[in-house]
Order: sequence, then C-alpha cells, then structure tokens
Amino acid sequence: MSDRDQSLPSGVERRTFDERERLATQGLPVYGEPTDGDWRVWDAGRSKLGAMLELGMDTGLVGDETVLYLGAASGTTVSHVADFAGPTYAVEFAPRPVRDLVGVAEDRDNLFPLLKDARKPETYAHVVEADVDVLVQDVATRGQARVAARNAQFLRDDGRLLAAIKARSEDVTADPSDVFDDVVDELAEAFEILETTRLDRFHDDHLGVVARPK
Amino acid sequence: MTTDAWFAGVTSDESDGPDDTDEAVAHIREGRADAPADWPAQAVESGFAATEEEYYQKLRAATLAAARTAAAERERADDKQLVHAVRAMDDAERTANELAERLAEWAGTLFDDAGSGVGYARELAGREAETPAEQPVVSFAGRVADLADEADDLREFIERRAPDVAPNLAEMAGPVLAARLMSLAGGLDALAKKPSGTVQVLGAEDALFAHLAGRATSPKHGVIFTHEYVRGTRSEDRGSAARAFAGKLTLAARVDHYGDEFKQELHDDLRERIETIRARADEGDEDGGDDE
Ligand SMILES: C[S@@+](CC[C@H](N)C(=O)[O-])C[C@H]1O[C@@H](n2cnc3c(N)ncnc32)[C@H](O)[C@@H]1O
Repeated sequence: MSDRDQSLPSGVERRTFDERERLATQGLPVYGEPTDGDWRVWDAGRSKLGAMLELGMDTGLVGDETVLYLGAASGTTVSHVADFAGPTYAVEFAPRPVRDLVGVAEDRDNLFPLLKDARKPETYAHVVEADVDVLVQDVATRGQARVAARNAQFLRDDGRLLAAIKARSEDVTADPSDVFDDVVDELAEAFEILETTRLDRFHDDHLGVVARPK
Repeated sequence: MTTDAWFAGVTSDESDGPDDTDEAVAHIREGRADAPADWPAQAVESGFAATEEEYYQKLRAATLAAARTAAAERERADDKQLVHAVRAMDDAERTANELAERLAEWAGTLFDDAGSGVGYARELAGREAETPAEQPVVSFAGRVADLADEADDLREFIERRAPDVAPNLAEMAGPVLAARLMSLAGGLDALAKKPSGTVQVLGAEDALFAHLAGRATSPKHGVIFTHEYVRGTRSEDRGSAARAFAGKLTLAARVDHYGDEFKQELHDDLRERIETIRARADEGDEDGGDDE
C-alpha cells in the first residue's frame, strides 16, 4: 500500500507547492494555478469539490469513474475531475463560460462539454449515458434540490451525488442553516443523505452534500 | 431506444466527411430522449463505432463542435438584447431629463433653494415633504430619480454584457457606443456587413439626407463623434480621424461577428493611426486636410 491519502481518489494527491500541502492533479493548467512538472494545484478556494476533498469528506471517489457534472462554468473544477476520472460529461447553460469550457475540453480526451440546461435532462439524455458513477452538482441557482432530483436518473444504483449547495441562491435574506435544512430535506426525497459539511472555510455559506440514490 | 441516441442515423463512414459531423452536431444540439441508456454499448452494437474507445472519440468531436457553435450562436443572439437595452437607456435618460426640467420649474415655485437637473431631483426625492403642497412635488421627484436610476442600471448592464457579445467592438468604441452602433445598424450581423463609410455616418442620417437633398455638406461623422478619438481631434483633422476610426470599427465588428477572438493588433493599429493624424497639428499643418 502506498502512503496515499485514502480519502482521495487515485489521480489526486497532496503535494507540496511553495512549502504548502495542496491538492493536485495531472493535466494541462487551466486557470493560472501553480504547477510542478505535470502536476497542477487544485485550488480548494476556487473549487467546491476541491474543498469537499480538502475537508476530508467521504466522497467515495476512487478514480476513473464516469461523471456527469452540472454547472461546469468555464471548467475550473471539471478540468480536475477529467484529470482523474473517466468519461466526464460537463453541462453548463451560459454561453460565455462554455466558450472557455470548450478550450479546456480541447486539451482533454475524456471531457464532453454540453451547452444545456440542467433543469431539462431530457435535452441531454440522448447524449449522456445511463448509470454514471458520480453526479457532481454546482449550479448555484434557485431550486438546487430539484435539479439534483431530476438528474438522479443518470446515476447507477450505488452511485454518488456530490453537491455544493449555495444558500444565497435559494434565499438571500434567510439564515443559511435554515436554507440548508430545507434543501437537505428536499434532497432526502430522492436520495439517501450520507454526509453534509459546511464548506465555509473555503466558500462562505456553502454546504457540501454526499448522497446516493434511494 | 437506440432511435433516441444522438448517433442514430449518423453514418459511421469517416469518408462522408463534414456532412455527418454536421448531422451529429445537429443531433447533439436538438435531440432529446426521455431517459438515458447505455449509449456506448449501443453505438458499438449498431456499428456506429467499432469499440467504446472509438465511440468516445466520436462523442468528443461531436460535443466539442456542438458546444462551440451553440455557444457562439447564443452569444451572438445576445446582441439583440443589447440593442433593446441601449434604446431603453436612451429613452429613460432623455425622459428623466425632460421630467427633471418640469420638476425644476415646479419646485422653483415652492423652494427658495430649488435647483435643476436629475441631480436636484435625486436630492429632492430624499426630502420629507413638509406641507401638503410639497407632497406631490417630492413624489414626482422620486419618480424622476427612479427613472434616472433605471437608466444607470441599463448602462451597467450594457457595460457588463457588451464585452462578451462583441469583445473587439466594445474595447475599441467602449461598451455603450458599441451597443449604440449595433442598435443603429440593427444588430451585430448587420453592422458587420456595412461598409466603413456607412459606419462613419451612422446616427447622422438627418444630416446625410439634407446633404443628398443638396441642402448641406456631407456629414463627416455620426454617433462615433462622441468618442474621444474623433471629438478629441482638432476639427481640421476630424474627418481623417473619423474615417480611420470607422474603418477599424468595421473590422472589429467583422471579427466579433465571424471570428470571436480578441485581436490586440487591431487596437494598437488604430491607436497609432490616430496618433499620426494628431501629430499633424504639431507638424505645422503642411497636410492638415482630409487625406482622401
Ligand atoms: C458556481 S458556478 C460553477 C463553478 C464550477 N462548478 C467550478 O467550480 O469550476 C455555477 C454555474 O452553474 C451554472 N448554472 C446555473 N443554473 C444552471 C442550469 N440550470 N443549468 C446549467 N448550468 C447552470 C451557472 O451558469 C454557473 O456557471
């Protein structure tokens, strides 16, 4: 056995950059992150999934899985996912970031960008395969639990939902803990919740959720 | 059902070339399915790909092309939003100014310190009415201030969006003038098709008709006069500056419409050209006129 951190998927390592231990993956740089050889820093401050790993959440990721990623934006996080995972479908509905996402995908063999609305899975179910291992969601829009529920159909039975819930997207005035309670309650209708952790150390008023389909 | 798959009906023969890519792209963009299925396995079964590995290569090519074209099309469609926004902003600004004049006239009858303009409307709107007679004036001032705020919000929207829709045009003209040029032409596509001589006088239609009717000299510039490159050039050289500016604006609109990349040379070239034109003023004027 290597001394690799067991909570990290293979392909993701803690490595030293400027005397600090940082998460890193192997791939072409995307957002000006520090690099060391072909390793590049996965900045938890710019990535909610990175923060979930950094905070030791049990994501169930082992490496090489098939992933559906919702809310890919310009590809900061999904580029790291594609570095360690297998086929990675990246859904984003805003055209401007998709232009950058296409550039990121051009540098990778296993990243498939889709300009689609995550609230309408029927518009990409003819492209995204069934039984993906992981559904990552970072859509920062109202109705985050509903988006996850609608996309549960893509997950295999023991697959994982890894979601970052942004409180302010649901209600700017309410107390984030109340918002999180509501969203988790709603998520629990379609998923079995395995773990929740506040990501505040890296992302204010965000909750990380690990769940699996019911 | 395989019939729902994005690759259904797309021929697998590579030699068919660009046609099947177009078809695949259209399927990715417009297709639908009620539920996902094991597409990689079905693609191999149906003979679309020899192996799953080959399937993923084809999927990659098709999704890249589809995302690229769909994003470019959607972004271009956003020019119509800018056109409406800049027209609404101009209307809101003009109306706010008109109403502010009306307000100044009215307020002058009630307040010794009455001022004028939108600034005064904002100030008055923040006051408590002290008498029943003041009430409608203060309320009216509130409406004027709101309208001016709306115009400001629209300007912000334009400043935020124009650099995405037309990066080169927005950099060269500034976001608001870029939106105004698109508005006058009827969209980025229409602007990109106009000769530079037309772009030079966009917004000067009245003057142009007067000229064509023989009632005036030909206009040297339209709305581009508001830009520092033209307005800030001494009047003898303004025609040259307007022509150089319009020429590069036309190129910028074409790059934005057809290409999408940011072209630094374009902006550097123009800056140099304007500097050269302005240097004439220092050279004692030997060729101060238009270089037509
Ligand atoms: C917080 S950003 C994602 C950042 C990204 N996950 C990363 O870490 O690199 C949220 C993104 O979700 C996108 N989004 C919001 N609603 C969406 C929807 N219904 N469908 C697809 N994307 C959506 C937004 O356009 C935005 O780019």
